[in-house]
Amino acid sequence: MSNQIIQGVLLGGYYALIACGLSFMFSVMRIINLAHGSLAVFAAYALWWLASRFHIPPFAGLLIVLPLMAAIGWVLQRFLLERSARGGALLPILTTFGLAIVIDNMLFEQFGADTRSLAPFIGSLSYDSWEWPGSIYVGKLAVIIFITAVALLGGLQLFLSRTGLGRAIRATSEDPDTSGLVGVDARRANAIAATIAMVTVGLAGAFLGMRATFDPYAGAPQLLFAFEAAVIGGAGSLWGTLVGGIVLALAQTLGAQVHPQGFLIGGHAVFLIVLFVRLSVSGFSLRGLLNPPSRSAP
Amino acid sequence: MSFLAVEDLVVRHGLLQAVRGVTFGVERGKTLALVGANGAGKTTLLRAIAGAHQPSAGRVLLNGADLTGVPSHRRVGMGIALVPEGRKLFVRMSVEENLLLGRTAGRPGDWSVDKVLEMFPNLKPRRHAKTGHLSGGEQQATAIGRALMSNPDVLLLDEVSLGLSPLIVDRVYVALQGLISSGTTIILVEQDLNRALSVSDKVICMLEGRIVLTADSRSVSRDEVTKAYFGLHKQKAVPA
Repeated sequence: MSNQIIQGVLLGGYYALIACGLSFMFSVMRIINLAHGSLAVFAAYALWWLASRFHIPPFAGLLIVLPLMAAIGWVLQRFLLERSARGGALLPILTTFGLAIVIDNMLFEQFGADTRSLAPFIGSLSYDSWEWPGSIYVGKLAVIIFITAVALLGGLQLFLSRTGLGRAIRATSEDPDTSGLVGVDARRANAIAATIAMVTVGLAGAFLGMRATFDPYAGAPQLLFAFEAAVIGGAGSLWGTLVGGIVLALAQTLGAQVHPQGFLIGGHAVFLIVLFVRLSVSGFSLRGLLNPPSRSAP
Repeated sequence: MSFLAVEDLVVRHGLLQAVRGVTFGVERGKTLALVGANGAGKTTLLRAIAGAHQPSAGRVLLNGADLTGVPSHRRVGMGIALVPEGRKLFVRMSVEENLLLGRTAGRPGDWSVDKVLEMFPNLKPRRHAKTGHLSGGEQQATAIGRALMSNPDVLLLDEVSLGLSPLIVDRVYVALQGLISSGTTIILVEQDLNRALSVSDKVICMLEGRIVLTADSRSVSRDEVTKAYFGLHKQKAVPA
């Protein structure tokens, strides 16, 4: 049992990583980005392409892909999301849904339906592990992913609470109109937030490719896991995202012990329970569901 | 030439014309009181000066520079700061964080968090408290302090006494007197006529989006302003 719990906690780090950007975009821009998973897969393909074509190892490839993702985030916000957000809350959801379809099919056309993985490009890291007492094997990559998730969430928390730009982003998320009246450029703050979110998506995509296989349509399940982790943790709360990711992963890991199909069913069951409780508390409103009033920090 | 000039300003909320061809000016270092009944257009006018509402006609000039089309965050950088009606603080942030946000525009000047806390000593023990947990007076002090942190040339104050006890209002006005003495140009929207007349150099009364009275605060009678307030005043042609 302790082995399952450790594996679940480590897997939770990956879920937190992929949920982080989704949660961040929602808390700042009030946009549910349905292209989130597809963008992560796009980043994984970009790394795979750099590795297979130019022999650039995935970790080194991040130096190219993360700035690329940042640029994509800026462009998406300025030219797509910002404009669609003017049309109401539903339009950005439809826009990002359409964007996901475009990305998925573009990847399919470019790379075909074959599954790919970054594992062959990171040597033995993809399967190396430490043996702990009690025959517990802890994967090195899983630990790296977990540490990255904690460092990223902690860094984001510090950035938001200790820097002027972070305060500006929080002010914009709380009240965009009033933030303008104190000198904050809400458009710029949103664009920077989208940039940060896409960098986290790029990291999540890299680890997705290293720990598993991916194909052009792998974005949808990643979006689902990210959404479930974000809702369980309370979207908008960074540390809550980590808790949500761990709870989801534990439910999946323990569910797999109960039944062969229990991995997904366990996660979905916990998600549905939390969803029902949150909906009950929030009076069955989507805003209350994703943004609990009790949160104290973005 | 007026330091801040408003020329033929028209602001609409959909079909409603909230401000109808308003023209006035304020000299540097002077205080203008803007009075009028609810719905007269005072708040809309103030927000249009701050850039929160875009006018459908007319313009706002600061020291001769046309601000038409300049977004609100850039106007803060140009020296205009608004203390909005209802305070509009960022309630998930602390007093200190709200004050530091006022510095976002990066205008050079003397105002700092410590100086604001000196001006409003009641905020000192609440420096790290979330503003959503503050009393009305503490919130108002934070809102004024946040505006001052941008080192403004023109301070727009919208109903600073609204919802506060008379004792707290007295404290706020003591602080305002200090600002007025320091030479800050102020436009003050105030429902309390006596207070408005006592702190201002000039008073403007609005009714249904128009200016119906412009007068020197020291020479105008309270009765005259009250008549204008209720639309009983015959409008005088007073130069802006």
